[in-house]
Amino acid sequence: MYRYDEIDERIVSERIDQFRDQTTRFLSGKLSEDDFKPLRLQNGLYVQKHAPMLRVAIPYGLVNSSQMRMFAHIAKVYDRGYGHFSTRQNIQFNWPRLAQVPDILADLARVQMHGIQTSGNCIRNITCDHLAGIATDEIVNPLVWCEILRQWSTFHPEFAFLPRKFKIAVSGSEQDRAATLLHDIGLQAVRNDQGDVGFRVAIGGGLGRTPILGQVINEFLPWSDLLTFLDAVLRVYNRYGRRDNIYKARIKILVKEKTLPQISKEVHAEWAALKGGQGTLTREMVDAMAARFTVTAYRSLADVNELLEAQRKAQPGFARWCERNVHAHKVAGYAAVSLSLKRSGVPPGDVSAEQLEAIADLADRYSLSELRVTHEQNLILPDVEQSQLALLWQEAKQLGLATPNIGLLTNIIACPGGDFCSLANAVSIPVAMAIEERFDRLDYVHDIGELDLNISGCMNSCGHHHIGHIGILGVDKAGEEWYQISIGGDQGNRAALGKVIGPSFARHDVPEVVEKLIDLYLTKRESQEDRFIDVVQRVGIEPFKKHVYGNVDKKQTNHTRPLANA
Amino acid sequence: MATLIKNKQITQDHWQTLDSQGETPHFESSTVGDWLVPLSVWTAQSHVLCARGGRNGVILQNTDDPQLLVNDFDRLALIAVHFPKFTDGRGYSVARLLRRLGWKGELRAVGDVLRDQLFYMTRCGFDAFLMRADQDGQSALKSFKDFSVPYQPAIDAGFRFVGDAKSVASAPSVVTVNPW
Ligand code: SF4
Repeated sequence: MYRYDEIDERIVSERIDQFRDQTTRFLSGKLSEDDFKPLRLQNGLYVQKHAPMLRVAIPYGLVNSSQMRMFAHIAKVYDRGYGHFSTRQNIQFNWPRLAQVPDILADLARVQMHGIQTSGNCIRNITCDHLAGIATDEIVNPLVWCEILRQWSTFHPEFAFLPRKFKIAVSGSEQDRAATLLHDIGLQAVRNDQGDVGFRVAIGGGLGRTPILGQVINEFLPWSDLLTFLDAVLRVYNRYGRRDNIYKARIKILVKEKTLPQISKEVHAEWAALKGGQGTLTREMVDAMAARFTVTAYRSLADVNELLEAQRKAQPGFARWCERNVHAHKVAGYAAVSLSLKRSGVPPGDVSAEQLEAIADLADRYSLSELRVTHEQNLILPDVEQSQLALLWQEAKQLGLATPNIGLLTNIIACPGGDFCSLANAVSIPVAMAIEERFDRLDYVHDIGELDLNISGCMNSCGHHHIGHIGILGVDKAGEEWYQISIGGDQGNRAALGKVIGPSFARHDVPEVVEKLIDLYLTKRESQEDRFIDVVQRVGIEPFKKHVYGNVDKKQTNHTRPLANA
Repeated sequence: MATLIKNKQITQDHWQTLDSQGETPHFESSTVGDWLVPLSVWTAQSHVLCARGGRNGVILQNTDDPQLLVNDFDRLALIAVHFPKFTDGRGYSVARLLRRLGWKGELRAVGDVLRDQLFYMTRCGFDAFLMRADQDGQSALKSFKDFSVPYQPAIDAGFRFVGDAKSVASAPSVVTVNPW
């Protein structure tokens, strides 16, 4: 993990002083609501339906056990005893009091954390592959590059008031687990023929109202030019991005309206003036950044395949967990483990203070005190010795963190939705819970195989419904909550946007519709390996549509219960 | 009254500003004083403006192209950039471009200029600020010191990505995560 040096510490503590002063001025009436709003947002503080919400950055998903314990402390002291992991490698607290937020930030600073730029129209928390540095398919370890980007973007003086939020994701592996094509800028670390590190830069990806996949603007950006090139992209966006309509303000719309070749021309012209100048990285700078990371004290071990094989045979539950929740590690004798934060009866991504503490203990005992946060709202213990897996499984099971559902239907990704979010058209979490309940029989879920199900409470798409194999979107119909369902979305290297299957459904029908989609899939698949998404891509959405809506006139299904006599 | 801060001190404003609204007046060689005018007025009347005794300045909208002023730099004493709303950040890029293009004179932020943005504006090249009327100039001065060690380069070099050994030396010597 990155360790702050005195410069990092000074910057964060100066930020707290600044925000404390701003909050005091606001509370005493010297700073107006309008003038204060962007300032609090850029410290992670939203005002939601019931109370403020504080979003804390987990830079590129890395977190250690003492930071986890601090989350537990904050949940207990300032909140109602729990936190919520978001889809962007952040943790959110839903009930802090404004006057106490500077104190919370000061507590966070003690463990080298903050809420800087987790909201607002600025460059947001950099996200990354949750298996960075340990994945077996890694081309370049992206972590140091992520930290370079974190520092470059933190309080960037020119880009604090962009047309809209700006998200950057980095991947260094063959398989894109960071969803780089769904970000304003997606960076894929690559190597050229000489073996030098560089980045394939995609711009203009994103979800929301206008879901678009990013397009490549630079096939190979040499590492030394990373910051100057990004400065050029951001400057072009800052000057020409639309500011007249919040829904058209992301860079994806600028790219769409002006076309990629035109934007590329502007960016390259700007870059020509910046290239080689200030901000050009040197080997010394990058190595100095790398040296601030802690050493992961791996022991020299060998893989223990036979032992694991025997343990799997003896305990089918363990075998199932290994299959879904244990991931290959590049260091011999080690594995990475997903702790599932999804189980029936609990909103996806929610953790209690007690669980946070228990998880911190697990990390200390099993994973060299480190953890990762995934954009699927789960946690990862990155460095577990293979011989300890069975013990860890037992403990995780007792804590309710061993649901073997990573990549399966019940690993639902849901945004906070109407229960918490003032922008929502509809609730998301209760829908997720209803679906989970319906598919609670785990054997059945395993049999269904890999399936991403994503739910967003409105077009802002925080639940990434466009890229769910099944995507569910809350819509508003004359003040009532309805849900539009799409299928065929995908992420990673095969990123695709889902297609809507037809008119939307009432809330209580959603689990049944999902079940019907699955039913049809099961009749169409050719083998266990033939996933839901594979079938959709092969047969198209028509058969699914037919199966769900039957032959009923679609206009009618809009207002009557489509499944009543199905 | 709006406060003018220049080089981190509260200063008297000697400039008269020609509003972009309303009818465009015609300058004459007898017009006295220092005048800050919109780009369109400058383009149309720069000859007359320069033939007078007073100094001249141009006020740019954040959609104006700073490139258009490059050949006029030596005839100008002031360039101002207007912020229609403090949340409209285009002016920051305009300032950086002006500095890059070689403008060395006073660069003034005008319009919705608030205390909490002064630190960023300074790092983008502004050295003068005509504060929004409700802003308390004296307490605004504190904001120039909001941060002592910026990370990234801007008008200054920043602290982390500088070529000299300063930032490099502070780090321990073992490379633990290999970025290569
Ligand atoms: S998708 Fe909509 S409802 Fe859900 S969290 Fe985002 S803004 Fe709120």
